[in-house]
Amino acid sequence: MNPIDSPKEYGEYVKKKAPNSPILKDCFNAFWVGGLICCIGQLIFFFCKYKGLDETSCSTVVSISLIALAIFLSAINVFNRIGKFAGAGSLIPITGFANSIVSPAMEYKSEGYVMGVGAKMFTVAGPVLVYGISASVIVGIIACLFM
Amino acid sequence: MDYFQSIDWMTMLNCFIVGGLICVIGQILIDKTKLTPARILVVYVTLGAILGGLGIYKYLIDFAGCGATVPLTGFGANLAKGAIEGVKEQGLLGAFIGGVKASAGGIAAAVFFGYIASLVAKPKIKKQ
Repeated sequence: MNPIDSPKEYGEYVKKKAPNSPILKDCFNAFWVGGLICCIGQLIFFFCKYKGLDETSCSTVVSISLIALAIFLSAINVFNRIGKFAGAGSLIPITGFANSIVSPAMEYKSEGYVMGVGAKMFTVAGPVLVYGISASVIVGIIACLFM
Repeated sequence: MDYFQSIDWMTMLNCFIVGGLICVIGQILIDKTKLTPARILVVYVTLGAILGGLGIYKYLIDFAGCGATVPLTGFGANLAKGAIEGVKEQGLLGAFIGGVKASAGGIAAAVFFGYIASLVAKPKIKKQ
């Protein structure tokens, strides 16, 4: 094998050796799993509506149910397998948010219940809440200025 | 039986397609940009809050139902919607109260169930 002497050559070498992720297959799996999760949510939504709840409550019930389901599947180590197969298909729906809370919490249990479970729970969910809530406050302040 | 008749299959189809496409965008970001999942979730929730604040996301929800609300952009949009409603009711105070209030159910459920699950479940020991 020829020695590598320039960064460019090295870049090409890495590119050649790195596993070529089959993006089409990934996208296809992400598409149908993601769509399916949303459809499960929609079925729950219609069920709540059928039971006579208003739309805001229906959405909340959908979120809570999907979160509970995702956390249950994470706890029995099934969610990881779905995640490996579906990639963003299970990450982007609220199930991914739920999984991002429970999996570090389980993993760091050995570090104790306060600094292990309690703190590590928010390694991924923390940033999401920080940016989500901050953005919503900014939206609210702007709305306040224009009203 | 009545329940099955109450299902709007057109919304279901839109839900599947829109929900799927939002996930595909995420998948492309993962494969092409090497963004970590945490960053992608942050981008999604922020984008959702911006689109929700501008009032654009509402149309997607009308079109696709849970296809728009279940992905994390919907979580962001819900936060923003809550903040705007809060402002309408309570002025500036509502900007701080409304957003979290609207999403409180999801956040509390995730924290509570997550905590319970981590108490009960044992992480799988990784086999080499």
